[in-house]
Amino acid sequence: MPKTIAEINENIRKGKAVVVTAEEVIGIVEKKGVEKAAKEVDVVTTGTFGPMCSSGAFLNLGHTAPRMKIGGGKATLNDVPVYTGIAAVDVYLGATAMPDDDPRNKNYPGSFDYGGGHVIEDLVAGKDIKLVATTYGTDCYPRKKIETLINLKDINEATLFNPRNAYQNYNIAVNLSDKTIYTYMGVLKRNLGNVNYSTSGQLSPLFNDPYYLTIGVGTKIFLGGGIGYVSWYGTQHNPSALRSDNGVPRRGAGTLAVIGDLKQMKPEWLVGTSMVGYGSTLTVGIGIPIPVLSEEILSYTAVKDEDIFAPIIDYSEVYPQRKPDILGEVSYAELKSGKIEVMGKEVPTASLSSYYKATQIANTLKEWINKGDFQLTEAVASLPGTEDGVNLKPLNDRPIE
Amino acid sequence: MAVTKRVVLHFPRSLVDQPIMCRLAREFNIDFNILKASVTPKEEGLLVVELTGESKDYKLGVKYLEKSGVQLQPLSQDVIRNENRCTHCGACVVLCPTEALIVDPATRKVNFVHEKCIACGICVTACPPRAMEIRF
Repeated sequence: MPKTIAEINENIRKGKAVVVTAEEVIGIVEKKGVEKAAKEVDVVTTGTFGPMCSSGAFLNLGHTAPRMKIGGGKATLNDVPVYTGIAAVDVYLGATAMPDDDPRNKNYPGSFDYGGGHVIEDLVAGKDIKLVATTYGTDCYPRKKIETLINLKDINEATLFNPRNAYQNYNIAVNLSDKTIYTYMGVLKRNLGNVNYSTSGQLSPLFNDPYYLTIGVGTKIFLGGGIGYVSWYGTQHNPSALRSDNGVPRRGAGTLAVIGDLKQMKPEWLVGTSMVGYGSTLTVGIGIPIPVLSEEILSYTAVKDEDIFAPIIDYSEVYPQRKPDILGEVSYAELKSGKIEVMGKEVPTASLSSYYKATQIANTLKEWINKGDFQLTEAVASLPGTEDGVNLKPLNDRPIE
Repeated sequence: MAVTKRVVLHFPRSLVDQPIMCRLAREFNIDFNILKASVTPKEEGLLVVELTGESKDYKLGVKYLEKSGVQLQPLSQDVIRNENRCTHCGACVVLCPTEALIVDPATRKVNFVHEKCIACGICVTACPPRAMEIRF
């Protein structure tokens, strides 16, 4: 102690690295203590699998003959509009985009059966996707219309690029009103009918590296069943959020922007998702290895659900109106018990993030490393931390004179 | 000839405080046995009942229910889970009125106990990956 990433990679190459999941490390530290465990363990693998709306893919469609400038025109994939405000045949397919003729919430609550997240899943599953585009002609790009099928294997690049994933902690949602509400946190029954939360808790990447000591720009990760990288800190990254003594944030805090080649990902880990009454999105699987470079880093990975707290927020009034009030805090261990007490009432709990799948991700990553297929990378830049003065800003309206 | 049938009755909000089941018993001689009662997310009343009565009375009773605005759904329809799509998140467990969908505390997998399912269909639209399917 301390170890280096190069030494850990050497152990991985020799098949001697000791790799455990963020769940397994808890028991190891309890049994052996931090000092001994830090000497023995080389890598701790984490995982999370939940709906992450800030996700999407850059696609380069290839050039038609005659050429067509889809950039600046309009295009859809399986009727879902894509962003064309970039070069001639580059588009961005966002997870929450939906067909123009989707009724949205006109038939409340809307079902949002098919959107950008579903197109991404279908692309990755190898299905043919219908491309329809119209644009204006230019001297160098004369063609104005196209209707064709495309397939992931035939297009040039397909880069999953998610501006905000893997939230370090999140709100716990309830509904204090007297009618059912339909939110991005799921269906919330009236009068505190249920409690919904979304995290893999003790398995979640940023809970295991609360101060971003190892996870940074360039960190190689499990992304959507393939290999990806942390490309930047995510949007709304808020390292200044309230923290417990153990360093773990008690509110939504850090986030990650991640990137990877969509062509080597799997539909099982990029699942098109429909939130009734809210919209469509993508459920993303992410796993991050944490190199045990010091006892401090190891001690953070031993964090348990009972030590991780999140705020209970009313989604009928407080959240929509951006009010600051919370109804209390509970730990993820309490949430996982199936019921918690809110305002004196016992309320059943549900998760939108799959702990079962998160465990599979952490185990898959562990297997990759054990087989020598996955080596760790050194971060090339740190994520903004608690000392960097990065805060979450609201948007306050200003009159346009 | 007496008949016994299991049906799901959906009461729109406007009917929830009406003495419909009472009249069904009194005026149409139909015995009912409540298997499950709950309020759905859409705030309608949901009753799963076993109705028993003479064939003629049963027909008239059903007609009365339909005329009153109660929606009848035979229990012969079925909800199944597409195992390939279920991500075991758990969003359904707090919505299922009969605890047919429950989290296994050891594996954190969501178990679907088909025998407990009354095929009300609440989970179908609430399931984020759309793993629950209704079959008629």
